[in-house]
Amino acid sequence: MTDASLDPHQCEGLRRDGALERLKLFGLSSPALLMVLVVLVIPLGWLFYVSFIGADGQFSLENYERMIKRKSYSRIFVTTFQVSLLTTGLCILIGYPLAYFMSQLPNRWANLALITVLVPFWTSLLVRTYAWLVLLQKQGLVNQWAISLGLWDEPIKMVHNMTGTLIGMVHIMLPFLILPVYNAMKAIDHDYLKAAANLGASPRRAFWTVFFPLSIPGLLAGSLMVFILCLGFFVTPAVLGGGKVIMVSMKIVSNIELFVNWGAASALGVVLLVLTVGILWLASRFVNLRSVTGGGH
Amino acid sequence: MLKWLNSRASETQVTHGQRLWLYVFAVIVMLLLVAPTLIVIPMSFSESQYLEFPPETWSLRWYRNYFGSPEWMQATATSLKAAVLTMLVATPVGVFAAYGLHTSRVRFVRLAYLMLITPMMVPVVLVAIGAFYVFVQIKLLYTLTGLVLAHSVLALPLVVIVTGSALKSYDMNQELAARSLGAPRWKAFLTITVPQIRFAIVTAALLAFLTSFDEVVVAMFISGGDNPTLTRNMFNALRDQIDPTIAAISTIMIIITSLMMILAQIFGRNPSDK
Repeated sequence: MTDASLDPHQCEGLRRDGALERLKLFGLSSPALLMVLVVLVIPLGWLFYVSFIGADGQFSLENYERMIKRKSYSRIFVTTFQVSLLTTGLCILIGYPLAYFMSQLPNRWANLALITVLVPFWTSLLVRTYAWLVLLQKQGLVNQWAISLGLWDEPIKMVHNMTGTLIGMVHIMLPFLILPVYNAMKAIDHDYLKAAANLGASPRRAFWTVFFPLSIPGLLAGSLMVFILCLGFFVTPAVLGGGKVIMVSMKIVSNIELFVNWGAASALGVVLLVLTVGILWLASRFVNLRSVTGGGH
Repeated sequence: MLKWLNSRASETQVTHGQRLWLYVFAVIVMLLLVAPTLIVIPMSFSESQYLEFPPETWSLRWYRNYFGSPEWMQATATSLKAAVLTMLVATPVGVFAAYGLHTSRVRFVRLAYLMLITPMMVPVVLVAIGAFYVFVQIKLLYTLTGLVLAHSVLALPLVVIVTGSALKSYDMNQELAARSLGAPRWKAFLTITVPQIRFAIVTAALLAFLTSFDEVVVAMFISGGDNPTLTRNMFNALRDQIDPTIAAISTIMIIITSLMMILAQIFGRNPSDK
C-alpha cells in the first residue's frame, strides 16, 4: 500500500479481488462441508436436544438421572473404561517393542516387517473378528493346540467373554499404535545414541534416557488414538463379547433397536461424545494431534 | 551364529545376543498379527460343519452355499455398488475440499478442516443413529443413495487428510507458472496439480472404497429392507452362530481387499519413485 507507483484505488480493488478469489476457492469445500453438516452435525445437535426430552415429551433430565441412578448404566461405563484402558495398555506393551524392533531394522527388512502390520490394518474388521471367533471357540484351534501341547487339559472358554473381547480388540487396535510409534522412532537421530554411548552410557541407560523420551510423542499419539477408538467401539465387543461385555455403544444400539428409547440412547450418546471430545481436548494440550490426523492446516 | 550374537546391534554397544528376546518377541507378534486372518482361508475349503485346520476333506461346499444363495449375492452386489459409488462421490468432493482449504487463506479454514475430520473422531454408532434420524425425515432410509451419502461422510476425513498432506508437499508455484502462461485455474489444477498428487488421490479413492465396503454399524441402521449390505448380513450371522459360509465370504473379502491394494500400487505409483 505504501508503494507509490500503485494508485490506492487499484490496491483496494486488487485486495478485494484477492479476497473474492480466496472465498471462491474456499467454496470448493462447500459440498463436503454441506454433507458433513447434514449427515453429522445437524443430527448430533438433534441428539443433544432429544436427550433432554422426557417420556412425556417435556423438557426433563430423566435420561441423565437414569444413567446416574441405575446400577446397570454405571456398570456399562465401568466396563467401557476397563476394556478401553486394558486394550490400550496391552497395545502399548505389545506394540512398543515391535515398533522398536522395526525401527532398528535396515530399511528393506523394516518394510517387510511393516507389511505384517499393514496387512491386518487393511483386512476387514469383520473378517478379523470372525477369525478370532473361529480360533478361540471351544473346539477351536487355540484350544486344540494348547491341549495337545499340554498347556491345559480341558477346552477353555475364550470367546463370548472379556478374554475374547480383549484379544480381538488388541489385534484390531495394534496397528493404530504401532504406526505412529514407528514413525516417531524413525525420526530419532541416531547420533544422540552414539553420543550417549560415547559418554559412557550403558545401552539400557541410553535407551531410557535418550531414545524413550524422544519416542514419547508418537507413543502418546498412538495410545490416544487407540483409547478413543476403543471408547466408541461396537463390532468386536458385540461379537466376541457375546452379550457379556456391554460397552456404551452397544447399549446405545440396543436402546434403539430393542427398546426404541431414543431419549435414553441420545443421553448415552451425548455422554460418549462429551467423553471423547473431552479426552481429545485434554490430550491436545500435551500431544500434537496433527500427528494423529496426519497433518492439517 | 555366536559371532553374530556377540556383534554390535546398534550405536549403543548392545549386542544381538542381548536383544535376542526382542527378536523372538517381535516374530511372535508379527505372526499373531497376520496368521489369524490367513488361517481362515484354508478353513473355508473344509467339508466339515466345524471349521478345521488343516481340513480333513477339502471341498467347495461353503462357496457353493454362498454363490448359490440369492440373499448373499444380493448383499454382495449392494456392498460393491455402495463402495464404488462412495468412492466416486467422496474422492472428488474430498479432493476439492482439500484443494479449497489448501489454497484459500480465509480465516475459517481451520474450523472447516476440523469439521471435515470430525466424522473420524465421532463414535461411529452416533454417526449411524444420526444418519438414521435424518434419513427418516428426507426419505432416504434403506436406499442406496442414503447409504452412499453416509459412507461418503465417513470416508471424507481420509480423503481430505491424504490429499491435503500431498498438497502440502507439492509446490503450488507450478500451478502459478501454468496460469501465468494463460491456463485458466481449473485447467492448471487438472493438468499440472492432479497428475502430481495422483498417488494420493488413488490412495484416497481406495480408502473411500474400503471404508464403505467394510463398514458395519452405519449399514446396520440405514441399509436394510430389500438391500442390506454384505457386512450387515455377516454381522447378523455372526451374532447367531459360527457358519462356515462366513469363512468363504471372508476369503472373498480378503481377495477383494488385496485386489484393491494391488490396483492402487499399479495405478497410483508416484512418477518420481520409479
